[in-house]
Amino acid sequence: MAFVQNFPFFCIILSMFSAIISFVLNGRAAKYVHIAMVTSVLILSLATLSFVAGTGESYTFMMGHYPAPWGNEIRIGELEALMAVFFSLIMLLSVFGGMAHIDREVQNSKKNLFYILLDLLMASLLALIYTNDLFTAYVFIEINTISACGLIMIKKQGRTYVSAIRYMIMSLVGSGLFLIGLTLLYCITGHLLMSPAKEALAQIVAAHSYHVPLLVIIILITVGLGIKSGLYPFHTWIPDAYGYTTPASSAILSSLVSKGYIFLLIKIFYRVLDFNSIISSHMVNILFVFGLVGMIMGSVAAIKENNIRRMTAYSSVAQIGYIYMGIGLGTTAGMVAALFHVISHGAMKSLLFISISGLTEVSDGHSDFKSLKGAGFRNKIAGAAYTVGALSMIGMPLLTGFVSKYLFASAATTAQNKMLAAWIVLAVSTILNTVYFMRTVLTIYTPVSAEMRKPHGIMPSRIETAATFGMILLNVGLGVASQPVIKAIEAGLAMFG
Amino acid sequence: MGSFLTNYEEVAAVILFVIGMANLLLQPNLIKKIIGLDVMDAAVYLFLAAKGYIEGRTAPIVVDGILDAEHYINPIPAGLVLTGIVVSVSVSALMMALTISLYREYHTLNLDEIMMKLRKEEE
Repeated sequence: MAFVQNFPFFCIILSMFSAIISFVLNGRAAKYVHIAMVTSVLILSLATLSFVAGTGESYTFMMGHYPAPWGNEIRIGELEALMAVFFSLIMLLSVFGGMAHIDREVQNSKKNLFYILLDLLMASLLALIYTNDLFTAYVFIEINTISACGLIMIKKQGRTYVSAIRYMIMSLVGSGLFLIGLTLLYCITGHLLMSPAKEALAQIVAAHSYHVPLLVIIILITVGLGIKSGLYPFHTWIPDAYGYTTPASSAILSSLVSKGYIFLLIKIFYRVLDFNSIISSHMVNILFVFGLVGMIMGSVAAIKENNIRRMTAYSSVAQIGYIYMGIGLGTTAGMVAALFHVISHGAMKSLLFISISGLTEVSDGHSDFKSLKGAGFRNKIAGAAYTVGALSMIGMPLLTGFVSKYLFASAATTAQNKMLAAWIVLAVSTILNTVYFMRTVLTIYTPVSAEMRKPHGIMPSRIETAATFGMILLNVGLGVASQPVIKAIEAGLAMFG
Repeated sequence: MGSFLTNYEEVAAVILFVIGMANLLLQPNLIKKIIGLDVMDAAVYLFLAAKGYIEGRTAPIVVDGILDAEHYINPIPAGLVLTGIVVSVSVSALMMALTISLYREYHTLNLDEIMMKLRKEEE
């Protein structure tokens, strides 16, 4: 066994240990530990990615000395390694981009706790990506939920407590449904590891037994993870949760936390329940419809919103709808588009949330459109960054959002009966996106008097500027050089099979 | 109907799960929500424990030298229940901490009233 094969395990353990030792450190030291940890996770994941891409096949890594069907395992393929790379990269950029805010908005005595939450979030995301065991996935879902809740309420104001409790209630319903689905699955297969469970399920399907329980399992697991990732009718917690917390938290919550659940759902679809039985159970059609409705309703709600952060949060609802629409197409091309959008939406939303914080800072901290007039002149970098993010969201060529939309549109041709619906909603949703994002861009570049062009408030620090540039580069890079990423996703999906 | 009677533990578990989930979602009182959450989780553990037990068999601890697996029950569901209890304890603790903070801020446990106060604050 090559040494590099240990790296995914090192990543998980490293992030957990940084969380543990940060308890005895002060805020500043915890910050350095966190940054060092995420950077090393990024490097280790890059090494894993190149190793897996080189060998062209996935491998499983035994945790402890009990072989499968009894022991616990993690499984590493190209897709998992790719996700780990992007998740750690976006985490790093978001923390750098929101660092000054974290220093100002989080109490000094609580600063190390903030970084502990981020460490735990990284650990749980990595574990959700890599795990090959369903119950481990459940445990890390809960760790993810708890640390996300901590990130929402870290400002310790009444508003954020309310957001946190609303998030917790919806999330706990989701994990409850997932857990009982998991229990039923264990009862009919007798396995918790994904590969033996899939084999047992294949026998069950071949014998035409347990037809109803299997359908119930599919519904429970899909709805459970759908609620947790903010699929349309269950999205009510999203604007509150993303709208009021510190910018780095908003960026991480919208671009990483909900994506972890979506990735787990896709993994379960392919590695346990078998995608063909998902298609024959018509679950994909339901996801497709909810995705389409979410794409429209999320954008409509965003148009009605007067607060720029809540507006961007509602746009997340629409973007989650895109991802579920891609899954709902029920084809490999649709799944590739959905997975690409997981990455690309992460890159766009973290950029938007970080640049919004730069814009509101120079407008005395107000985030309504009236106060934001001319904010693009007051903070030129944040204005430019927001414009890039907004153009990417709309689907401007050369930016990552365009590649997503192109992939979705061309994937729709592979699903005959859904093609027209997908195209129409994609077009309508793009127009709605243009309406509210262009309105915002026009607002921040409204000509104002010279007095109003001077920044009032706090200017961004050098490190935030650098992070913003990094995110712009990521958006442009993903848009220009999307082929290797798409190739890696395709290869990774083939390894899932 | 017969299968409902033989599987009465599972039926009870599912009913309890639905009661718990309805409480978690619909009760305006935060404490009642937390109770609903605990009922919901306990229902899953009842389901697991009922599924793990096979009548006439004992816990898989070898004392009188019987190594035949037919003599013992599957210990994994019990292990899952224990793990699940740990998870749900930490989640309930977090919910209670949040409830305390909310009570200190708004002097009520009713989520609807809290939302009303919040809306007034914003206006």
